[in-house]
Amino acid sequence: MNATIELEATGKKSNFEILPKVTPAGEISGEFLEVSMGPHHPSTHGVFRMDVTLDGERVVKLKPVFGYLHRNHEKIAEGTAYLASMPYTDRLDYFCSMTNNWAYALAVEKLAGLQVPERAEYIRVITAELTRLQNHACLCGFLLQDMGALGTPLMYAFREREKILDLFEALSGSRMMCNYMRFGGCRVDLSPGWIEETKRVVENFPRFLDEFERLLSENEILIARTQGVGVLPAPLAINASITGPMLRASGVNYDLRKADKYGIYERFQFRVPLGDHGDVYDRYMVRVLEMRESLKILQAALRDIPPGPISDPKAKVRNFRPKAGEAYGRIEAPKGELGFYLISDGSPNPYRYRVRPPSLINLTILEDMCLGHIIPDVVVILGSVDIVLGEVDR
Amino acid sequence: MQEILDQLFVLLKAWLVGFFPLPWQPLVSILISVAALILVFALLFAVATILERKGLGRIQNRYGPNRVGPCGFFQPIADGLKMLIKEDIVPSGADRVVHFLAPIALVAPVLLAFSVLPYGRNMAPIDLDAGIVVFFAVGAGTELAVFMAGWSSRNKYSLLGAMRAIAQMISYEVPLILSSVTVIMIVGSLRPIQIVEAQAGYQGWLPAWHVFTPWGLAGFLLFAIAATAESNRSPFDMPEGESEIVAGYFVEYSGFKFALFFMGEYFGMFAISGLAITLFLGGWHAPLPFLEKSIPSYVWFFVKLFGFIAMFIWLRGTLPRLRVDQLMNFAWKFVLPMTLLNILAAGLWRFLPAGATRWLVCLVILLGAFLALGRSMVARRKWSPRKYRFAE
Repeated sequence: MNATIELEATGKKSNFEILPKVTPAGEISGEFLEVSMGPHHPSTHGVFRMDVTLDGERVVKLKPVFGYLHRNHEKIAEGTAYLASMPYTDRLDYFCSMTNNWAYALAVEKLAGLQVPERAEYIRVITAELTRLQNHACLCGFLLQDMGALGTPLMYAFREREKILDLFEALSGSRMMCNYMRFGGCRVDLSPGWIEETKRVVENFPRFLDEFERLLSENEILIARTQGVGVLPAPLAINASITGPMLRASGVNYDLRKADKYGIYERFQFRVPLGDHGDVYDRYMVRVLEMRESLKILQAALRDIPPGPISDPKAKVRNFRPKAGEAYGRIEAPKGELGFYLISDGSPNPYRYRVRPPSLINLTILEDMCLGHIIPDVVVILGSVDIVLGEVDR
Repeated sequence: MQEILDQLFVLLKAWLVGFFPLPWQPLVSILISVAALILVFALLFAVATILERKGLGRIQNRYGPNRVGPCGFFQPIADGLKMLIKEDIVPSGADRVVHFLAPIALVAPVLLAFSVLPYGRNMAPIDLDAGIVVFFAVGAGTELAVFMAGWSSRNKYSLLGAMRAIAQMISYEVPLILSSVTVIMIVGSLRPIQIVEAQAGYQGWLPAWHVFTPWGLAGFLLFAIAATAESNRSPFDMPEGESEIVAGYFVEYSGFKFALFFMGEYFGMFAISGLAITLFLGGWHAPLPFLEKSIPSYVWFFVKLFGFIAMFIWLRGTLPRLRVDQLMNFAWKFVLPMTLLNILAAGLWRFLPAGATRWLVCLVILLGAFLALGRSMVARRKWSPRKYRFAE
């Protein structure tokens, strides 16, 4: 956006080229270093690449390059039946398969006009909030890992994640690729004792959060490394259609659980934490505070979950042909607004299938946040965006 | 008996040297010392890596290596074998000669630095009058090796790493040397053995170590900070900066060259801890009077060394990494002025009469400096505690 320093147009820009630095007056006053960070860099969270132009260590230009994990997800989905895409959605954001399932199921339910029974709605809220807990906890761990805290916060977060993944395994048979939601409900009912086990996990989670915060939130080095780094002003965030905790850290009150009230979220009392500065520290703290709010939702949902059917009897597994039309289902995934846009022509396959991936759209603003910062900050800013390359590249 | 146990290695060496004709004896004596140094510190390196991995594992809620040998304690041997049989890759654009020399140039000076440290009573490999100067002189050689590695690899990450390493090591060399100047001023000698001997004796239960004086405590803390930065350990591990510049200056090294870098780094850590022990923590002297005679002197040296290693592991498991500019600010705006004022405090300590007065004067100077410099650091910083608002 504000890369005022012009780069002299050189024909070939290989990985090992050093570009002359040209001042606005046209004088060559030094040299830029072009570094290709990624796709095998340890802290690009997967196969992501940043073409960074450096002045010393300061970033003057940054070009995100992705597509290394492109799997043709959307086109494959157009060639298969609706339900056959459900397991594929697990692989989008492989940290949060439950929310991916839900977003897709929501879109198809809108398309086919299915009603979700109350118990299934509760189960969906519980699994989605558990997903949010583990995603945010791990993100904070990864962020600290990027900051050089060698694994300790990450391992603490992973200990909690294991407990939640165990719950998912008991529920769906798979730890990460849950494939649990179905159109009009869920695949299987809760196993006996699952609610009690989940209650135990939810009760113990605040202890982990307190421990984590005591270790980190007031840490001088963490504060020095994150406050004032990677500032994203609210107007820019809105213009770039950033969503999720990143947008809320910039101070914009937009949470689909409140704005859209999809599912049964209007029944739960929870608050939306907002940051005022939009820097990395705000993004970190907003996620920590969101975890505490998710715990409230979980406690209420686990208390109130009613007995009953878990699937709409009208939903057909075989020969599922929604009537022609289009639908857009969106939910507040842990990373932001996850939407599925579907067009049906009455056949068993969607005519058009499109994912709105929060990771990708949040990533588009990376250069604006990074310009003027140095390499260690770039890594931390990227960590605070919270990307999963499975979702970015699809 | 205790006397013999204390001097066991000295006597052993004298006995071995006695087998050779007189003209050869100095040479043989040196060779034995060199062999012992390399052996002991290579072993210590192995023990330190396994302790670090197991300690970090425990800090991080996991077991650490536990497959090779009893409780995984043979893991370093397996690692060493793996390093030896790995392919040695030299990048095609690299300066082959410099690339080959860099790891050797890193390990050799550190081994030289070991030669001047006193490990126990009569157990300094070389008794030099200017031992401390030699230590810092050869220690400065590691910077050259690091830059050789970073430059010759022809990799941008390694270049950035070398740049950072040079800036950081030179910046922290200054406070490192200035904080040890205090000890040299008080003792009046650059001879490590004499410095340790000056810390003999006890005042009641308290040993007469330099760390138990106001200037010594401040000097020790400043030295420890500078030593952490100097040996590239977390939270000052920017030259490696695994999450930022992959592995920094040794990113293009594999096989045993990489192992040499790894070893050089640990050796550097041991050497600088050994110097801190010599300067501030009473060298081979026991912490309590009744232990002085009953336990051999070299045991105390290595116990203190393991204390340092444990501290380094603990720091590494707990703290995030600082940023380059913050590190520099800290070095030049806080650590350096503190060391200079500490020299003033040490000078006053030397010339004021013993008693409460000089304690008071030194404490006032040091605490005042700490508070003033700390305040100015806090005033300059751009961050603060934050409150978060919630939308219903």
